[in-house]
Parts: sequence; C-alpha cells; structure tokens
Amino acid sequence: MIELSELLVPAIKIVVLVFAVILPMVAYSVWAERRVSAIIQDRVGPNRVGIPFTKIGLAGLGQPISDGIKFLLKEDFTPGHVNKLYFWLAPALTMVPAILTCAVLPFGSELFGEKMVVADLNVGPLFIFAIASLSVYGIVLAGWSSNSKYPFLGGIRSSSQMISYEISLGLSLVPVLLIFGELNLSAIVEEQSENGWLLLPLWGEGAIWNGGWDRFFLFFPSLLAFIIFTTSIFAETNRLPFDLPECETELVAGYHTEYSSMKFALFFLGEYAAMIIGSGLIVTLFLGGWSLPFGCDAALMQMAGNPEQVPWWLGLIHISTFLVKVVGFIIFFIWVRWTLPRFRYDQLMKLGWIVFFELALLNIFITAGIIFLTRSPD
Amino acid sequence: MPIVVKRPRLTLAEKCYFPALMKGLRITLGHAIRILQRKKKVTMQYPEVKWDDNLPEHYRGAPALVTDEHDRERCVSCQLCEFICPPRAIKIVPEEIPPGDEWQKVEKRPESFDIDMLRCIYCGMCQEVCPEQAIFLRKDYAITGVSREEMIHDKQKLYEIGGKREGLINKWNKLK
Amino acid sequence: MAVSKKSSEDLVNVQVDGHWIRVPKGTRMIEACKQAAAEVPHYCYHPKLTSPGNCRMCLVEMGMPPRPTPGEEAELDAEGHAKINWMPRPVIACANTVAEGMGIRTQSLLAKECRQGVMEFLLINHPLDCPICDQAGECTLQEYSVEHGNGQSRFLESKVKKPKNVDIGPRIRLDDERCVLCSRCVRFSKEVVDDDVLGFVDRGSHNTLAVHPDRKLENNYSLNTVDICPVGALTSNDFRFKMRVWFMRETKSLCTGCARGCNTLIGSREGKIYRQGPRENNKVNSAWMCDSGRMEYHRLEDPARLTDPMIKRGRTHNVVDWTEAICRAAKDLSRFKGDELAIIASGGMTNEELYLTRTLAESLEAGVVDVVKRSGSGDDYLSHSDKNPNVNGARKILKLRSPGSRLKLIHAGIAEGKIKALLVLGEDLLDIGFSEEELGGLKCMVLVHMIANPTAKMSTVVLPGAGYAEKRGSMINATGRLQRLNKAIDSPGLSREDWEILQGLNRAVDGKDEVTELVDVFGEMTSAVSIFKGLSFAGIGDLGVDVMDTGESVPLLEREAKRVRDGLIVG
Ligand code: SF4
Ligand code: SF4
Ligand code: SF4
Ligand code: SF4
Ligand code: FES
Repeated sequence: MIELSELLVPAIKIVVLVFAVILPMVAYSVWAERRVSAIIQDRVGPNRVGIPFTKIGLAGLGQPISDGIKFLLKEDFTPGHVNKLYFWLAPALTMVPAILTCAVLPFGSELFGEKMVVADLNVGPLFIFAIASLSVYGIVLAGWSSNSKYPFLGGIRSSSQMISYEISLGLSLVPVLLIFGELNLSAIVEEQSENGWLLLPLWGEGAIWNGGWDRFFLFFPSLLAFIIFTTSIFAETNRLPFDLPECETELVAGYHTEYSSMKFALFFLGEYAAMIIGSGLIVTLFLGGWSLPFGCDAALMQMAGNPEQVPWWLGLIHISTFLVKVVGFIIFFIWVRWTLPRFRYDQLMKLGWIVFFELALLNIFITAGIIFLTRSPD
Repeated sequence: MPIVVKRPRLTLAEKCYFPALMKGLRITLGHAIRILQRKKKVTMQYPEVKWDDNLPEHYRGAPALVTDEHDRERCVSCQLCEFICPPRAIKIVPEEIPPGDEWQKVEKRPESFDIDMLRCIYCGMCQEVCPEQAIFLRKDYAITGVSREEMIHDKQKLYEIGGKREGLINKWNKLK
Repeated sequence: MAVSKKSSEDLVNVQVDGHWIRVPKGTRMIEACKQAAAEVPHYCYHPKLTSPGNCRMCLVEMGMPPRPTPGEEAELDAEGHAKINWMPRPVIACANTVAEGMGIRTQSLLAKECRQGVMEFLLINHPLDCPICDQAGECTLQEYSVEHGNGQSRFLESKVKKPKNVDIGPRIRLDDERCVLCSRCVRFSKEVVDDDVLGFVDRGSHNTLAVHPDRKLENNYSLNTVDICPVGALTSNDFRFKMRVWFMRETKSLCTGCARGCNTLIGSREGKIYRQGPRENNKVNSAWMCDSGRMEYHRLEDPARLTDPMIKRGRTHNVVDWTEAICRAAKDLSRFKGDELAIIASGGMTNEELYLTRTLAESLEAGVVDVVKRSGSGDDYLSHSDKNPNVNGARKILKLRSPGSRLKLIHAGIAEGKIKALLVLGEDLLDIGFSEEELGGLKCMVLVHMIANPTAKMSTVVLPGAGYAEKRGSMINATGRLQRLNKAIDSPGLSREDWEILQGLNRAVDGKDEVTELVDVFGEMTSAVSIFKGLSFAGIGDLGVDVMDTGESVPLLEREAKRVRDGLIVG
C-alpha cells in the first residue's frame, strides 16, 4: 500500500518544479537572451511590455507573457506537403526530454525534511544521457516530416552533430564519476558541499592543506572534463557557435522552417529548456550544485543546531544558490552566443571527433592513473 | 591568373581558439558594461521620442504628388515614374484634359494615380525621374493602415500628403 | 579580299567609312550605308516615298576619284581602288545615288558637325513636350538628339508659337510645334493614297503644316501618317494618352478586317491591347494598312464578351465547366446524323480551326458544311471587298467550291424540319438572314463565339471562343498567301482559343485521348490538305508563304512597283 503522501509529495515537486521554475525560466531566458544580446550590441532590447493598460514597464518583464499569447494566437499553419503525424509529434518530442531530465537534478538540499529532487535516482547521469539523447528524434522527425529541403538538411546535420557530441559528452563525464565514485547526483552534490567543489577544492577534505592531494592533482583533469563537457552541451543544445542545424544563412531556419505558431514555440522553448538543464547539470557536477562555497553549509548547519534537520531558511538559501548558479550559466551561454561566429560544419565535426573525443578518452586514463596513485585502496 | 592567397600559419594559441575566444568575450562584455553604465546611448524610445525635427534634408519618406502655385496638378501622367519604380508600386491611368478646363493647354493629366505603399521601397527613383517635378518623397514615414486597400494611396491622398510646391519648373505657367 | 576593281555590269564599288562594298547601280547613298551597317540618321527620307531632301539630317561627307588627265593613270590605294578626293561640302545621302569609286564618310568630323547643327536647328522651336507626347520613346527626334545633338540649347530668344492640338481629321490630332517639317505625311497623302490634303503654309520659322481649309485628313489610310511621322506631331486619337509606348509588348500578327491580311504589330500591356499598326510586308501591304483595320481590336473589348461556357436549361443559360459543356455539346450533336446536322463555319476562322471543323464534320457525319460570305466595299489600295480574312482557307480545307452557296440548303432543311441540329462557329445567324422562328424549330444548336449575340441566346450550348489577337493560327489571304496570327493577349475569363474548343469537341466525339498542340494540328493538316504539303507552322515565318495562285494582285503594290521602276522611290 503506497501512502498518499508518497504520491502527493513528488507530484507537488513536479508541478512546482516544472510550472513554477523551469517553464518561467525558459520563458525568461528567452527574454534574457534578447536583453543581453541587446546590451552587447549597444541596444536596449524588449523593455516596454509591463502591466497592461498602465504605463508601468517593469523593464519589459511582461514580454515573455505577451510573446506566449502571441504564439498561441498565431495561425497554426500545417503545410499541405508534410507528413502530418510526425510533423505534429516532433515539437513535443523536443520539449518532453528536456523537461524529463530535470527530474534527477537536485535543485536544493532539503526543505521541511523533503529532499529537493524529484527522483533521487542512483543512476542520475545515465538517466540524463538516456533521455536527452531522445531529443534528437524530435529534430530529425521535424526535418524529415516537413518534406522540404532546408528542414531536411537541418535534421540531418542535427542528428549527426548530436550523435557525435554525445560521445565526448559521455566520455568527459567518466572522470568526474571516477572521482566521486558515485552515480547519485544528490550524493555528488553533498560530497562537494562537504569537501570542496570539483573545480574549487578549497575546503574540507578536498583542500590541499587538509591532505587533499588527490583532489589537487585531479583538478586539472576535472578542468579538462569541464571544458569538454560545457562545449559539448553547447553542441547538444544546438546553440551558437554550433547552431548549424538551424543556421539561417544557409538553411533559412533549419528543421523548424515549416513550423509556425505554438509548434514553433515548442521548438524554441525546447532549446532553451535543454540549455537550462544543461546548465543545471554542469553546476551540479562541477560547481557544487546547491551548495555554498568554503564550507559555509557546515557552518550554517552548526548555527541551526540540529545536525539532522536542515532548517527551512537554509533549504531556501540552497535552492536560491542553485538557481543563481544556473542563471549565471545561462547568461554565460547567451554571452557566448552573441560573441562567437558560427563554426563551419567540417570544423564542428573535426572538433568533436578528432579533438574532444581523444582528449576525453585520454582524460579518463589520466584520472584513473591519478586516483590509482594518490588514493590508497580501501 | 588565379590569385593564390596563402593560408596564414597559425600559432598554437590561435589553433586552440581560446585566446581569441577570450578576446571576443572581453569585447562583448565591454560593450555590455558600457551600455549598462549608460555611458553610451544609441536607441531612441520611438513613439514618445521622435526625431522628426532632425530628419535630414535628403530623408526619403512617402512619395506624394504636389500642385504648383496655381493649384494645377503638376503631374502630366508621363508614366516615367511608373516605368522606373523598381517594385512597380505606381499605377497611373492618364486622361486628356477636357476642353474648357483652365489648364487645357497642358493636355494630359492623371485620371487616377495609385501608389501601393505596401510595395514602395522609398527609393526616390520616382522623384528623380519626374520631368515635371510633380512627385516628391516627403518626410512622412509612419504610413499605416489596417487593410491592403488603405495602404494604396490614391490621387487625392497623394495630393493631401504632398501639398503645394512653388517655383520649380515654369513651362506651363508662362505665356504658352 | 575578293573585291574586283572593275565595276561589273550592275554593281558599283563604294567605300563606306573606309570599307569597300559593292552595291547595285542606282542605289541611294543612304541605302548603301545601311548595307554597310552605317546607319545614317534621317527624317524626311522614307523608302516608300519620294525623297525631297528637305530635312538635311542625312548629310554625309562624300568624295569621288579624280578624273585622270588623258594618258595619266589613276592613283591607286592599297586595295587597288582609285584614290578618293573628298569634297569640302557635305551632301544628303537620301536623294543621291552612288557612283563607281564613290567614298562616303558617315562618321567624319564634318558629318558629325552637320548633324549637330541640324539637330540644333530642329530643336530651336521645339516645345519639348516629351512628358505629354505620345511619340516619346519611339521619337527619332529624341533618339537623334541624344546621339547627335547638343546637351544644351544656345537659343535664348522666345520660341515661335504654332497651333497645338489641331483637329485635322476624325482620327488624327496635329501639334504643329512638334512638327519637323519633313513632309512625309504630305508625300504619303499625295503619292500613296492620292488625297492631297496636307501642305505647308507660311515661311521661315513660321513654316507650318496645315490641312486644306475646306477638307480634312479623313481618308481610310490617314493613320499611316501618324506611323511615318518621325515625331509626335501627328497623333492618333484612338491611342492618344492611352499608354506610353515603352510599356507595350509588340506581337506580330495579322489584321482580320478583310481578305487582304495586312501584317500588323499589336501593342499590348497586361492583357489589354492599346494599338495596332502595320508591319512591313512587301508581298501584302507594303508598309501600310487601313484605318478601319487598325480599329479591329476594339471588337475584343465588347462588353458582351462571353467568359464562361454555358448550357441552356429551360429559358436561362447556366454557367458550367468546360468538361461538362464540351461533353454535353458532343452528346447533343452526335444524336443527329447526316442530313439532320449542319455546320455553319466562318471565313474568319483560322486554317487549323477549319481543319478541326472538317474532322469534326466527318466524325459527326454532318450533312452540310458551309461558311458565311461577307462582302463589303473594297478600294483601290488595300481594303478588299471580301470582308472575311480566310475564305481561301475555307475553300481549300472544307473543299467548298463556292463558299456561302449552301446556306440556302440549310435554310430549306430547317424549313422542312429535316435539319434538327446546328453547330455554329463564330457567326451570328440572326445577322445573316436566319430568323428566330427558323432557329426556334431546331432541337439543338451549339455555338462557338466570343460575344453574347442573339444567336447565343437561342443556343443550347454556348462555348466562349477567343478573338483574333487572343489566339494563334494561320490564314490564307486574298492573294493566296499563308500567314500566321499570333497571340497578343489572353482571352477573358474562362474562354478558350477556338481550336482548343474544336479539338475538345473532336476528342469528345471520337473518344481518342491525345493531347495536341496547335503545331500538331497544322502538321496533320499538311498531309490532309494538298496546298500545305511540305510546310510547317514555324516555316510560315513572320512574312508568310505563297500557297495558292488566286490570280489577284494588290493595286497599291503595283503602283508602288511602278514608282520603283521609275526611280522615284526605293521601295
Ligand atoms: S514622372 Fe512625374 S509627371 Fe510623370 S507620371 Fe510620374 S509624377 Fe507624373
Ligand atoms: S519611392 Fe521608389 S518604390 Fe516608392 S513609388 Fe517611388 S520609385 Fe516606386
Ligand atoms: S516629338 Fe519627340 S522630342 Fe518632340 S515632344 Fe514629342 S517625343 Fe519629345
Ligand atoms: S507632321 Fe510629322 S510627318 Fe508631317 S511634316 Fe511634320 S514631322 Fe513630318
Ligand atoms: S533624310 Fe535626307 S534630307 Fe531628310
């Protein structure tokens, strides 16, 4: 007999996470994209939409809402020459995996005794890879079912690009998992909270003065893994400088050329959702997830007194920390997009197969070697 | 003779993109910071702030027909503008000025003169080609409408926008 | 260089701009230059008219070999021609003929300065009405002033005022300020149509073209003066201010006003015809055509044009689609055989249409097939008394010995009640002697026509056809010349080219399923009709080919030939 609370609590978590956090974040990352790109280009960006019928602009914060309404109200046009079923399925297939993957991301420590993760899987990263690689189907189907040349080329590019970068994505992660010896993302974050972030091993047992020699040597492979992983996330999410599947100068708009209205919006949102999840993953693995730096967590816990129960205010602080880190990464994504020119397709493939693939492979052995040499077998 | 351009030999730093990447990020960040500090202001908040008084002399807004100081329509419907107009926005039906009209000696005038403002690209070719100095690009730029029909300026509307222009050619006004 | 140094019997050596060519004796210098691809600008010269040499635009530099003193050999140049002594004064190229050893320079400084000077004089009093002048765009004054004139006028005095917008005839308006006094119009009226109503009055700068005070320029060829006028002095009331010439697409076609088959150029823009003028064909119409022929195209603008196929149900005609109309017509017609069915075709149909009528008549086993005769008054120039453009085609293709003679039989057949069905092609029966009672007795009447005429009101099936400028095809004119019609514009609404309709009827009757082009129909016809043997539609060319000897001649061409023989004109 399952207890009601066992069903209710995850359900609340899902609803709150998806509808109160992820979707607004998606919408607002679009807004952020526009604002950031604007300031980078010496413009202003959307700054007018505020509260309707008033002159209150709120710096354009109403823009995503009006965009959403616009998308919903636009004519949803299905061209006559498309394969209807797959044409309709494709946008959903890009959005769903992106949202699904957030189930295993720990977005906070605990709140009222509940772990702040929807599904505390002990194969977190594997789950993410399994689901995330499904999103390629959305794009391929969109390209193929549109039955027109640009979407088709975009679809093909996208599938080969995603398949290629998935390999370096996966391989670059192996050293991280080796270091933590753990596949549960919550546990990985907790470990970092206590013993220093992967890229900031400056407290707890990770600190060199506390005997964390292994972590000191492992810092360099971790950094390499971080770079490969981040770049691969760029490629996986089809963002500039790797947005070849939809590059408008060659392919009009790539796989979503034939889409309009909300179906187009789903592609759009799917891309941003993937970006948010990608940022979340990077933050979780390399930058300590929800944890505060320099052992503040432990200090605050001590202040709260009860070592078993995380107080609600600290839980909230952790959630905000996570969000701040993710937002920082999103801004980094945007910043990169408005800085770099697009790669050529052959350069992209070369980078994936000849550079990152080898480096990631090498990195595994180096990490394993360091671990073998510095950690005494238990 | 084909020109052979040698590929530059890239240094290691250039080959691994990173320095260039950082440089790029620095430049864009610099711009962002400058605009955030409000050291630089480029954009104008359009409907509230307008630049109408500063429009340059050569500004090309909506094309319009003008009359001369005797209220004679200058256009004699030579259709050169219709011919030159790159997007074919102009459509003219000429007519003969009937006997008894004050300006019968001009002989020809447009019966209808339509400019499709959905097509017009504000290139100013019509103004340039007109031998009668009858069509000018005015400074009106906010040409709006809620239907396609509304966006077609007919003769009446064109004269409304254009108004009167004095001086200029006087072929028809002298003893003739 | 295969140029012989000695002139042969009828060819002379002439040097044009440094190149030696051989031209027939008696050639005008201007024509010799033309052959050497050195076009000499000209206003008054027209090959079909005498050359008064009054515009002076064609001035060129000329030279002759010196006459050697007895016993002295002429000095020869590198090519073996006698050396030319250039004359200090220019000569007009239009009225002088070439001579052996003559040299012509069209591009020398002298020649250029002459042209520049003439242009300047011509423009002194010219009004520069170009924006309102119908000639603009095809005005030689414009062209030459760009090519040979000065950019600027040095004339500061007031211009001479002359009458403008003068009504000199029912179809023509004269603007004297634009006239360059070339006298082409005067000569045309006098020499070609023997209607000497134009002339010059006053002198000097005030020299003015005028019409005879008691008469008008109203002969049936008057509009030709508008064509030959090199400027916009004479303009056609019909075309006046309708369309600028540079917008128009020109289609080579034929006039179908009478059996002469004058070659025409149809000027149209965006599906509307604006004018029709003659196209030179020295076997048919020289360079002229009659005024009534020019106006033929207005028939296509009839407000009662049929645009949709219709079937009569009860008392009203309902619009149907083509398939239904054709099937219905074919079904109705094939219910009647032999003497019950008659076909009235038209002498205005093209050969292809007539041929398809013939095959249709064969498969329907129609009893009587005939065309309607249509005669009017002809004249001694071009206009023919037979007002059908293609009776000769009907004669040959429908094998009619005397076209129109069998209509009597049809009248009788209908009266007796023997003829129950009628297929009418391009004719209005009520206009040619049939009465409403007569036609009311028919069981079925199918009409192919472009206008909703009274016959259409009585027809059971009405199929909208195309006018002469809306279709392709070929016709044989009065002198037996096979010529081509071309499509200038699309026919209105859903109406179709008549040959397509007939082809549709043929297919519906014989049940075959092939797609054919007009050229295929012509190809079929070449094997079925003997006079077309060995021809192809493309092979007809723009000027046509003679396929029959009708024993007729064109009076105007004969007189022209005589003037050529007399050396008055070039021809
Ligand atoms: S070019 Fe000038 S005169 Fe000619 S039609 Fe246009 S506006 Fe009228
Ligand atoms: S401005 Fe240019 S596009 Fe507009 S009407 Fe004039 S010629 Fe045409
Ligand atoms: S005659 Fe020729 S030059 Fe004179 S106004 Fe007409 S178009 Fe212009
Ligand atoms: S009206 Fe025309 S054709 Fe006649 S003299 Fe004048 S310019 Fe020549
Ligand atoms: S063309 Fe020779 S004088 Fe006119």
